[in-house]
Amino acid sequence: MRELALHILDIAENSISADADQIRILVEENLDEDRLKIRIEDNGKGMDADTLARITDPFVTSRTTRKVGLGIPFFKAAAEACDGTFNIQSQPGQGTYVEAVFKHSHIDRMPLGDLTGTLMTLIIGTPDIHWIFEIRVNDQQYVFDDEPIKNMLVGIPLTEPAVMKYIRQAIEEGITHVRRQATA
Amino acid sequence: MPSVKSLDDLKKIREEALKKQQLKETSGKTEVIVGMGTVGIAAGARETLKAILTLIEDKNLSDIIVRQTGNIGLDSFEPIVQVVKPGEEKVTYGKVNPEMARRIIEEHVLKGEIVKEFQIEG
Repeated sequence: MRELALHILDIAENSISADADQIRILVEENLDEDRLKIRIEDNGKGMDADTLARITDPFVTSRTTRKVGLGIPFFKAAAEACDGTFNIQSQPGQGTYVEAVFKHSHIDRMPLGDLTGTLMTLIIGTPDIHWIFEIRVNDQQYVFDDEPIKNMLVGIPLTEPAVMKYIRQAIEEGITHVRRQATA
Repeated sequence: MPSVKSLDDLKKIREEALKKQQLKETSGKTEVIVGMGTVGIAAGARETLKAILTLIEDKNLSDIIVRQTGNIGLDSFEPIVQVVKPGEEKVTYGKVNPEMARRIIEEHVLKGEIVKEFQIEG
């Protein structure tokens, strides 16, 4: 993957496969401490201790069509190549969180990329899930929660063009605003 | 935290959408599914899906349901796009880039003509 936003998309797919109905994505840029943190947290079925211990092995997967699951090992490798850390916590029935931390200024740190594109894919493409996205840059914060939007729409699908535009613009403006305020 | 968008904007959007729904005949909605497994993502499936959403937004197309799903199981043909029209069998397209996705929407979804050159078994 050439963007961290694609890793986020990939890991979120794991959460969906784990039958989560609420998934929180956090992107945190701490420029003072030169750290970029990405965290994906779900309320899915979780993993037992044995599976959790082996999950970063590429040959461990819940897929039945093939014996290889590369998403987590790839993400872990990306973080560790950037002086970072990788952490997964999970309990059966309690959900899972995946957290990757990168040295923000590391020369090999791939760009964050198209976060809005990733979020639109997830929000519009899997509307039955409650999506919460939070971006923090230094002390600035923006949270996108799709629940108030869905509550307001009642029955109008998210693929309605004006709705998609609303969501896309809200996220884009939120991210831009946070970045601008943080570096002001 | 400042909010740039107001939920009142959504109220208006909802009203407009409801009016549109009332004007249309009742017919099923076409479903367009894009595979988003690790292999699909690496092959560009997100850009394929984005192209579909952009076309829907730009041309103001209602009644198309777009879904993303995990691995469909046809790794060597990623990105995969499946089209299910009401009452018809699912059609699977392979190696779908954004340009092909646009053609699939224009020709198959809007005009009912399957784009055979992109179609794969499955």
